[in-house]
Parts: sequence; structure tokens; C-alpha cells
Amino acid sequence: MSSSLVQASYLIATALFVFSLHWMNDPKTARRGVFAGVAAMLIAVLSTWAEPVVVHHAWIIVPILLGIAVGWPLALVPLTAVPQRTALSHAFGGLAAGLVGTAKYYLWYGEGPQNLTKFRMIAIIAEIILGYLTFTGSLMAAGKLQEVKWIPQRPVTYRGQNLVNIGALLAAVAIGAWLVVNPATDLAVPLFPVIIGIALLFGVMLIIPIGGADMPTVIAILNAYAGLSAVAMGFVLDNKLLITAGALDGSSGLILSIIMCRAMNRSFTNVLFGAFGQVQQVKPGTEQKLYKAETIEGAAQILEQASLVVVIPGYGMAVAQAQHKVRELYDQLKKRGVTVKFAIHPVAGRMPGHMNVLLAEADIPYTDLVEMDEINPDMPQVDVALVVGANDVVNPAARYDKGCPIYGMPIIDADKARTVFAIKRSKNPGFAGIDNELYFGDKTWMLFGDAKNVIGELVKQLTPGSGMH
Amino acid sequence: MSRRPIQPWGAPLVPLLLGLGIAGLAVAQTPTEATTIQQPTSPAGAHEVPQTDLWPLLFVFVLASFIGLGIIRRVSRLLHTPLMSITNAISAIAVVGSIIVAGSDYPTGIRLLGAIALFASMTNIVSGFLITDRMLKMFKTEPRKVQGGKP
Repeated sequence: MSSSLVQASYLIATALFVFSLHWMNDPKTARRGVFAGVAAMLIAVLSTWAEPVVVHHAWIIVPILLGIAVGWPLALVPLTAVPQRTALSHAFGGLAAGLVGTAKYYLWYGEGPQNLTKFRMIAIIAEIILGYLTFTGSLMAAGKLQEVKWIPQRPVTYRGQNLVNIGALLAAVAIGAWLVVNPATDLAVPLFPVIIGIALLFGVMLIIPIGGADMPTVIAILNAYAGLSAVAMGFVLDNKLLITAGALDGSSGLILSIIMCRAMNRSFTNVLFGAFGQVQQVKPGTEQKLYKAETIEGAAQILEQASLVVVIPGYGMAVAQAQHKVRELYDQLKKRGVTVKFAIHPVAGRMPGHMNVLLAEADIPYTDLVEMDEINPDMPQVDVALVVGANDVVNPAARYDKGCPIYGMPIIDADKARTVFAIKRSKNPGFAGIDNELYFGDKTWMLFGDAKNVIGELVKQLTPGSGMH
Repeated sequence: MSRRPIQPWGAPLVPLLLGLGIAGLAVAQTPTEATTIQQPTSPAGAHEVPQTDLWPLLFVFVLASFIGLGIIRRVSRLLHTPLMSITNAISAIAVVGSIIVAGSDYPTGIRLLGAIALFASMTNIVSGFLITDRMLKMFKTEPRKVQGGKP
């Protein structure tokens, strides 16, 4: 395939990628976006494969088949596991970038040091640092999300952690800078793996202090890194398609992290270096607060008589796999003429948009999923706010308590509803380790138990011909 | 206030500064090289030094980021999870580099690295696009008929 043909097909692929993301702005056109993306990828792969430099076809067919064999089952995971899958896929992306950078360095080193121009060296160093740190960082994030035993779930912090982290990164950059100036000395050969090692280690250290509540932001940041490492690869290989596609991915990660940070009222640096989610010291001497519990029967009666019910889902719903039971409750209430809406906080769950996907999976029409900013003005008119496994995103302390770690975070105003039912597995505090003021409110009644069971019981009460009279 | 769009002026600064940073570094690092190599008359001999032209690549990067930021800002918040999985698949465009490294006539060790990278990228392509489509299929405006329809 001639080089201008390859370039032309890359241009078409770029355009298709842009359209693919453009169509994601509406659920109605979004699936078209997937087809455009697949077409673009196919064009890119085939035209590259057809290049005359590619001669070892078995070396391409075997990895592709293996990739399909591994990728296919990864696409079939339950939707509650989507955050882990996404993190894992960032890890693969980072690994690919790191490996290509490494390969190119040794290749050019072997072919003659004059190939290692300073520009290429800068790009290679950027590519391997970004690639490998994304690799281990995302693996750690995936492990935390999957709750792998030997990876601590709670944030791990120690004195001087930030200094160690920044020091490690600076060391990698310093060695990198030295290599840019002296790319092919005898010392360069052992030093190159040292950068790789530091980057791998840095990725782990970066994620260790991150708690579960920060995962949406961190996944978005890792997404941006994976994109940027593809951009760096584009600079190394002088390939504009890599740069455009990587830039699209990078900007997506950037925008998502900005949205997530805003939704938590925190800055990037604060997320990465703030070690959110440390267990708060319990202030001694605070008065014992009391929960008011409600029975299933009572709750069902109040729900039935309501005219507007807002369900506020959180990560707890995903953990309990309660979304299908929530749908049954939705059906039962709808049948009785009750309006049911879902209030979605941007950081509810473990990745951006997590709740929307789970509720869509349970066949709840997306027109009933309402963003926080849209539902909050209506909250005083809501008869019942039903909190399903959400905690920090409905904690009114975020509005006034300057001492609490989530102070300033925008919340869903569940406390303004006429009645609040909160389903909670246990009496332990949420991920941020904070007691939730909402649970002690005058209008709040607790329904203790597993979210799936509690809602299942509610549905039973509401189902005609059983229990309820 | 409904649908608060992301402030447009802050985000584009990131790729711009990044691009300028790379440019600054590269220009500062290569004061002489750039001039010597552009002379084709120089008796460099058998080994012609390949020179990547920095500026067009930077233009592509910064402009593509601007387009990306503009498009992504308008993506429905409902679809942020599918968005992330589709961009995962798109960033697996690293497959292009991996194919070249794995398939060219290079030493075996280097091709092996390329083959692993190709495997990783291919995994992302397949799982990324498939799961995005699987999720998008679930977004409907009308609920499915309740099964076992009670009267």
C-alpha cells in the first residue's frame, strides 16, 4: 500500500473517530458512534497491516487472536464490574504504549545512536513514563475495585508520602533528561530500565492512598494518561493518527476528571495528594445520636400514598445488585400512578455515569434519570426520597460542617423532601468514614438491611394480592 | 439552573501548555542539530539521520485536543460510562504502532515486545467496543413490557 493511501485512510479513520464521539452526545445516536469507531479501527488496522514493512504476518495474527480471546469475555462482565474492566483496559493501554516505546528505543539504539535524536528521546521518555505508570496505577485501581485481598481497600498513607512520590517522579524525569542528552552511552543501557522501574513503582504509589470514593476521579485521570501515552507514541512514530486518537482520549479523560472534581468540590492535586477517605477520628463526648427505624409495611404504605418519589441510588445499590428490584418497585409505584424519578449524583458509584448504566440495565427508561442540578430545585415538592445505598452524596453536613472532609461538595438535597427513607446495610459510616447527618434528621426513617432484600420486601408489600390490603 | 456546561476556557489551556512545553523542550534541546540535518549536502554518509518534524505534529496534537474537548463537553452525562469505554477502545489505536513493531523485520526481542503490545491493544479494541455497544443497547426511552403481565 502506498504511503499516501495509508495517510488517506488514516485521515478517514480520524474523521470517523471524531464522529464516533460526536454521536455520543445523545443516547439515540450513540450506537451509531460505536459503528463509526469500529469502522475507523478496522481501516486503521488493515491499512497499517498492508504496509510493505510488515512482513511477519504470523506475529500479527497470533496476538490479534489472543487479544480477541481475552477481550471478548472481558466485554461480558456484569455491569457492576464495569469500573474494574475500565481500569484494567487503561492498564492494557498504558502497557502497550510503554512496550512500543521500549521496543523503539532498543531498536534505534541497535541500528545506530544517530537515530536517537533528542526529539525522539523526549517523546520516548514521555511515552514510557506515562505508559508504565498508567499500567501499574490502573492495575492497582482495578484491584481495589475488584476488592482483591492483598490490595488494601482503605487508603494507605504515611508520613512524607507526597515527598516520596514527587521525588520518585522527579528522579525518573531527571534520568530521562540525562538520557535525552546522552542517549547512547554505555550508561544509557542500564539506565533506561531504571526509568521503567521507577515509573512502574510510581503508578503503584500514586494509587495506594486513594480511597473508594475518589475512584471516579482517579479512573478519569488514568483515562487521560492512557490517551496522552498514545499521543507520545504518535510523536515517537511520527504518526498523526495516533496523535489525534490519543488526543481525543486524553481530552475525554480531562473533561471527565474536571466534572468529577467539580462534583466533589476538590482540585486535581487534592485528589491525587489529598488521601481522601481516611477514617475520621471520632470526636469523644459527642452525644449518642439515634436512628429511627421504620418497618417495611409502614414504608410501603407511605410510598403508595405518595405522588412523587425520588430514588437516590449509590454504590451500595451496585454492591447489593439491587437495580432489578428497584425496577420492580418502580413498576409497582408507576402502576399506582406515582411519579418516580431517579436522582443521579455525578460521583455516585465507582466511575463516571456508573448509576445510569446500572439503571438502564434494569430497563428503567433514561428519561426518568435526572441529574443532581436538575432535581435539587424540585426536592421540597418530593413526597418520599428513597436513598438506596448512597451515603456521602446526600450528607447535609457537606453544606455547613467545615470540619468534615466532604465540606463544600454539592449534594442531592434529600433532606428537603417531605419524608426520607434510607436503606442501609449496617450502622457503619460510609466510605468517607463520616456519620451521615441525614440519617438522624426529623423526617428520616431508616430501613436496615441488604438493599436488595429490603426493596424486594417493599415490592412484595405493594404487589396486589399479597400482604397489603 | 439546568445542564451546567463545563467552562470552556480552562480545559483547552492544558493541551496548549503541554504542546508549548514539548516545543520549548525540543527547541531548547536541539539548537544545532536541526540546522545541520536540514542540509542535505552534508556528507553524513550511509546513515542518514531521520528527522521528525516537530511542528506539524504539535499542531495536530493541540488542534485535535481542542476538537476533543469541544465534542466531549457535549456528551450526555447519562453516557459517561459508555463514553469512557469507547475512548478506551479508540485509544487502543496504539495497535497501529504495535503492528509495525511486531510485523517488521526487526530483531526477535523487539518484535516480541510489539506482539505483547499488539495483544494488549487488541484486547482493548474488542472489549471496549463490545461493552460500549452492550451498554448503549440498554438505554431506552420506554420501559420493556412488564413480564408475566398481571391484569
